[in-house]
Amino acid sequence: MTTELFTGAEMVVKSLSALNVKYIFGYPGGSVLDIYDAIFQQDEIEHILVRHEQAATHMADGYARATGEVGVVLATSGPGATNCVTGIATAYMDSIPMVVLSGQVATSLIGNDAFQETDIVGCTRPIIKHSFNCRSLADIPDAISKAFYIASTGRPGPVVVELPKDILVPQNKGTFSINTDVKMRSYNPNIKGHPKQIKKAVSTIKSAKRLVIYSGGGIVLSDASHLLTELVETLKAPITNTLMGLGGISGTHDNFIGMLGMHGSLEANKAMANADVILALGARFDDRVTNNVEKFCPNATIIHVDIDPTSISKTINAHIPVVGLVDVVIKQMLDELNSTGFTPDESVLAPWWQQINLWRNVKSFSYKQDKNEKIKPQRVVEAMYKITNGEAYMASDVGQHQMFAAQYYPFKKPRQWINSGGAGTMGFGLPAAMGVKLAFPDKHVICITGDGSIQMNIQELSTCMQYNLPVVIVALNNRSLGMVRQWQDMVYDGRHASSYMESLPDFTKLAESYGHVGIKIDTLSELDSKLEEAFSIKDRLVFVDVLVDEKEHVYPMHIRTGAIDDMWLSKGVKA
Amino acid sequence: MRRILAILMENEPGSLSRIVGLFSQRAFNIESLTVAPTDDASLSRMTIATKGDDKVLEQIVKQVNKLIDVIKITDITDRKHLERELLLIKVAAMSDKSRTEVKRITDIFRGAIVDIGKQIYTIQLTGDADKINAFIETLKNETEIVESVRSGSVGIARGEKALRI
Repeated sequence: MTTELFTGAEMVVKSLSALNVKYIFGYPGGSVLDIYDAIFQQDEIEHILVRHEQAATHMADGYARATGEVGVVLATSGPGATNCVTGIATAYMDSIPMVVLSGQVATSLIGNDAFQETDIVGCTRPIIKHSFNCRSLADIPDAISKAFYIASTGRPGPVVVELPKDILVPQNKGTFSINTDVKMRSYNPNIKGHPKQIKKAVSTIKSAKRLVIYSGGGIVLSDASHLLTELVETLKAPITNTLMGLGGISGTHDNFIGMLGMHGSLEANKAMANADVILALGARFDDRVTNNVEKFCPNATIIHVDIDPTSISKTINAHIPVVGLVDVVIKQMLDELNSTGFTPDESVLAPWWQQINLWRNVKSFSYKQDKNEKIKPQRVVEAMYKITNGEAYMASDVGQHQMFAAQYYPFKKPRQWINSGGAGTMGFGLPAAMGVKLAFPDKHVICITGDGSIQMNIQELSTCMQYNLPVVIVALNNRSLGMVRQWQDMVYDGRHASSYMESLPDFTKLAESYGHVGIKIDTLSELDSKLEEAFSIKDRLVFVDVLVDEKEHVYPMHIRTGAIDDMWLSKGVKA
Repeated sequence: MRRILAILMENEPGSLSRIVGLFSQRAFNIESLTVAPTDDASLSRMTIATKGDDKVLEQIVKQVNKLIDVIKITDITDRKHLERELLLIKVAAMSDKSRTEVKRITDIFRGAIVDIGKQIYTIQLTGDADKINAFIETLKNETEIVESVRSGSVGIARGEKALRI
């Protein structure tokens, strides 16, 4: 009997196949040509050729965020790999499962400053969950299998696998076997919350007078949305979401009091500031949430549930820490509530909700749109919400448009809202939207962007053509870097240093030159009809260039160094 | 305050760089760091001496633990433990008087003169950081220090408790 032998490149592809990978996002180059040759000779895995490796990482990221699967990237050594760095950092900050396969020069050349040699494992060390240096054929299946396991379990994150050229070439062959049931003695993430901590947490929740549930991206990542909703309805408590957690509970749910933080709703931030118990679920007290930590919710007992112990008591001290998967912990809490016979106390809830409704009545998400004025960006988001019935996937770039989308498009489901929350990566939106569209070709997929962000990965319009990815790009075009300009207005006496874009292309013509449809909207009267037209085109990418009021600011907004509820409600008006 | 952390980790290429990188990335302090394979060659044992308040220490322990290669970390400062450091030091030994005095001091600290040159003594000393500091200070008053090298602290808990897998 002869054993079948495989090259390293074939092993890479076979390993990915064994792990049920459907798509690889990448760009070829010298050190990975053998892998490309192996991909070419099979049809289980489709390779998506981007136009820049950064876009490959964001596309894999968008795909991962929308599906919950691991996004896979393939890049060549040197510049190919370093172009992935921003995308890896983006995935790391938002805990997105991703595996990046990077080429490397031959092992004999490593350390010699060879052509297209970069120490990518060294470059990415602070922004990955883990990395593997493969140095022999036999390392390949094991490294890839472990990479997937590490990327997708515990607190998810990106994993880099470095593959030197000489272990991929046809001259080198070996037997192939892969163990997809990975066990590692050094890596065993907690799953269940400690029963004692659950009891403590639940008894604190039961005696709360002003409870707020504050949930984040962990709910989305662990598909805990239904359990969260059940918990909210059991407790009849108000719930706020972080930017990453939007959709974790429906944005139209009665108990949802809006996003919190820097550009969150007044009622969410006020409720947090006045709470006596805060139940944090899969959220990490980011500085964009807390504002000044010294003044953060001084009267609250904080219950912090997180899979990552480092997130607990990092910025805000947790009185009751619970380490575990958030879906499992919520289930444990519900069981504890049920087994101890819990019914919400209306006499406690009523005054709390009364107070919250007073804050709600301020209507902190509001703007003025006069008929003859320039289009307000908020109005565009509202129009999109109506047309898509609030059910579209929305991938966002970074800036004012991102905040307007978060504020004015209440997401009904988790994974609908795809944005770079932690890293704040401009250029994320379009490739992320493409990844989503690839996964859900029949759904509306919007890329909301600005005239600044879209130009950071606009070359991907070409990829959209090649793979028929008809996303709807809606650019809130204010001819400036809006968020930068807003800060310059507020903090730098209106000195607009380098926040103008005075040489913008005609985006509609640019889109047309790539073979897409371009629609320009510059008056309010045509906004709804032209947007409807854009969304009615299902088989072609539409680039909607909406000229909006460049003077509009995002409100509410935290007052710097203040407490969580110290906010500007509009220009010069404090809460 | 000063803490001694004992770390057991996979003896993999790059493991050390992950630890060192973590400390620099998060602005944690390293006073000294020692590492070598254990009796089981697949494992490395590291001792880190560091400084920080309780909050920083909590983060250091959690962040190190989060590294995939790390199997266990314990802070042995507050429990009964042994801490040792090795010093090799070259001092000038020009005159009879200074040679006698250096020999006397070395004996008092239970060190050993392990090499001699025409006008140089090389001394070996083990002990905790305090003892080594005291020895160096005492020598300084007596003669000129030509060169010195310290290993950094290694630590182990006393008694039954063991850091192993």
